[in-house]
Amino acid sequence: MYGKKVKLRFLFLVLILFSVVLSVFLILQSLKNNVVYFQSPSEIKSLIELDKKKIRVGGMVKKQSISINSDEINFVITDFKNEINVTFSGAVPNLFAEGKGVVAEGFLKDRNYFSATKILAKHDENYMPPEVKEALGVK
Amino acid sequence: MLANQIGYYSLIIGLLCSLYLSGVSIKDFCNNNKNLNPKIINLSFLQLILVIVSFFSLILSFIKSDFSNETVFNNSHTTKPLFYKISGTWGNHEGSLLLWLLVLTLFIFLFLTKSKEQPKKYRILTLLFQQLIIIGFFLFVLMTSNPFNYLFPIPVEGLGLNPILQDPALAIHPPLLYLGYVGSSIIFSASLAAVIQNYISKEWGQHIKKWVLISWIFLTIGIMLGSIWAYYELGWGGFWFWDPVENVSLMPWLTLTALLHCILVLERRGTLTSWVVILSITTFTLSMCGTFLVRSGILNSVHTFANDPARGIFILIFLFILIFLSLGVFFLFHKQNNKGANNIFWLSKDSSILVNNWFMMYFLSVVLIGTVYPIFLDVISTEKISVGPPFYQKLITPFLAPFLLFMAFGPKLKWIKSKIENKKSLAIFLIISVTLTLFILKDITTDLLFYTILVSAAFFLFFTTLRELLFQKFNNISQVVAHFGFSILILSILFNGILSSEIITNIKIGDKFLHKESEIFFEKIEEKKESNFNSIIGHFKITNVKGKVIKLNPEIRVYNQPIVITSEADIKTTLFEDKFLVMNTVKGNEYFNIRYQVKPFMIWIWISVIILSLGGLMSLFKRKYEK
Repeated sequence: MYGKKVKLRFLFLVLILFSVVLSVFLILQSLKNNVVYFQSPSEIKSLIELDKKKIRVGGMVKKQSISINSDEINFVITDFKNEINVTFSGAVPNLFAEGKGVVAEGFLKDRNYFSATKILAKHDENYMPPEVKEALGVK
Repeated sequence: MLANQIGYYSLIIGLLCSLYLSGVSIKDFCNNNKNLNPKIINLSFLQLILVIVSFFSLILSFIKSDFSNETVFNNSHTTKPLFYKISGTWGNHEGSLLLWLLVLTLFIFLFLTKSKEQPKKYRILTLLFQQLIIIGFFLFVLMTSNPFNYLFPIPVEGLGLNPILQDPALAIHPPLLYLGYVGSSIIFSASLAAVIQNYISKEWGQHIKKWVLISWIFLTIGIMLGSIWAYYELGWGGFWFWDPVENVSLMPWLTLTALLHCILVLERRGTLTSWVVILSITTFTLSMCGTFLVRSGILNSVHTFANDPARGIFILIFLFILIFLSLGVFFLFHKQNNKGANNIFWLSKDSSILVNNWFMMYFLSVVLIGTVYPIFLDVISTEKISVGPPFYQKLITPFLAPFLLFMAFGPKLKWIKSKIENKKSLAIFLIISVTLTLFILKDITTDLLFYTILVSAAFFLFFTTLRELLFQKFNNISQVVAHFGFSILILSILFNGILSSEIITNIKIGDKFLHKESEIFFEKIEEKKESNFNSIIGHFKITNVKGKVIKLNPEIRVYNQPIVITSEADIKTTLFEDKFLVMNTVKGNEYFNIRYQVKPFMIWIWISVIILSLGGLMSLFKRKYEK
């Protein structure tokens, strides 16, 4: 019926199409499982349902809220409307300090309690992550 | 002051020179003279000299700490060591764009002098496309980011360079990366010119391959230096974080690597013409996109020097013009060259290179989606998300195993049609790799099956390339060296990932903690003053089971201008493992935050990348292919 060449081409096309569909499916699937959403303390307060997924929380480290012992660091993130308690055992970035912006990544235990697995590094004193800026309503 | 004006005016004259050069080239394109008008090369040289003058006058302003120059004021300080005053020239937005321009003009000049045996019209068209890019960048520099803005009254002191950029690796990282990025502009211009002249052929492949190799080598080394810097300076303890800024440099590398392999097919067989052109366009577009994303402030990182929306919009418009122009040229002028395209068989070098390209394109789309999707979502909705390393690891690692096997197999095949030779020895190598892997891994990992497959694939590539290095005639040594380097890269990354261990804790001075059987003792701290920073140095003593003592002294630096605190990790490197210790302090607290890591085979990651690029270098200096 068809020549060998046409068959070969057809097979080639099917293979390409198949691999494209497969990779798109794989990428989308794992994107769904691996994205981390950013939320402010106020947004967390108004959550109807607690998500078990990893999230990021951003805001200011509340003044005089940091306490450290040999296992963990505890502090409070505030957006000046609401606040949330954070416990963290890990390496803190250089510019982690009271009264400065911070982004913590981890899991919510309840609406007031966040267990962080990572605190993100900021690069300089004046810099504030855009998410934090927005959460704090600074323009 | 004077340097300032010289720099500024030579930029303007440079722009005029570009316009004049374009005019002369168009005129020369239309006449039927066989040889290139010598004026063109001279003008291109003049243009290069003007940009060099401008660049050096900026360096001079930095060395003299001339704060009447706004760029110097924003990024320098009198107490900064001379070396960082000079490297500060390209450690900021304006200066780094001037460097772009310098490399652009340098490359087109080199291209003109090195392409004498090429057809005249093709050379002129390449020059014209390149001039388009150069003029775009001249306008960009002069209109939105002039490095020679004048300040009055003259400030007494500058604001200083971001301390984490004050580092030797960071001083040479941008120039090398730029040579890679901008090198792809020549490939872009040349491929468009070749499309118009219908010159995409074996000869063109041979000629452009050198340029592909040059950008590839520089890009590879540039990325590596950035990665080394992040490892010891950011204190995150790793070599790759899938940070958007890193991804942005990886994407052109992937397409460039794909192009490098495709060019081989073009050079030998004269096929895959459209694909080569598409890859050339994509590589440069991705380099430009990278510049746009990094410079516009969309991505947050150390590379974001200034958030000026005008700059972002300028690059974006310029980018769109280039993309539409190149696509237009491609669709209008490209003629499919079907000679010999029909007789590719399944088992041949040609198809194995296509397989390489499939993998590259897959890796590219993973990285692209992971990088762009969060930005996209931010634009169309208010949701803010980030895509973390698990996304990339999950999608890329499973495909590494077949990729590595193809890397071992492919180069052994012949062009057009081939059979698998030496089946026996390949099988033996496979068996050796699997047993060796099982033997090494059986006690140390939980995910045995997954890692066994991956590591044995890497070992397989390692052994096959090693055998060729040792016993074969050196007919394709550059490829063997590059693939050999890649196998070591993957092996060291895998073992590094499997065997790394870390402990993070908060301790006071005089405390101890245990990590595996080693004891880490925090002896004391010591304070020291340097011209541009004060530092607190921690003294740590690490005693292992056998009683061997290692001392590590991480630092916390408080820079004075601008006031920034950085942690300098202390790393003890041996051939087998790195011991990495970084400390941090929280203001007003007696506890220090300590991260201690043992990272095996870390140094091999850098060594293997050097071997990989050495492969490229060898191919560059190799004589023409034996027929």
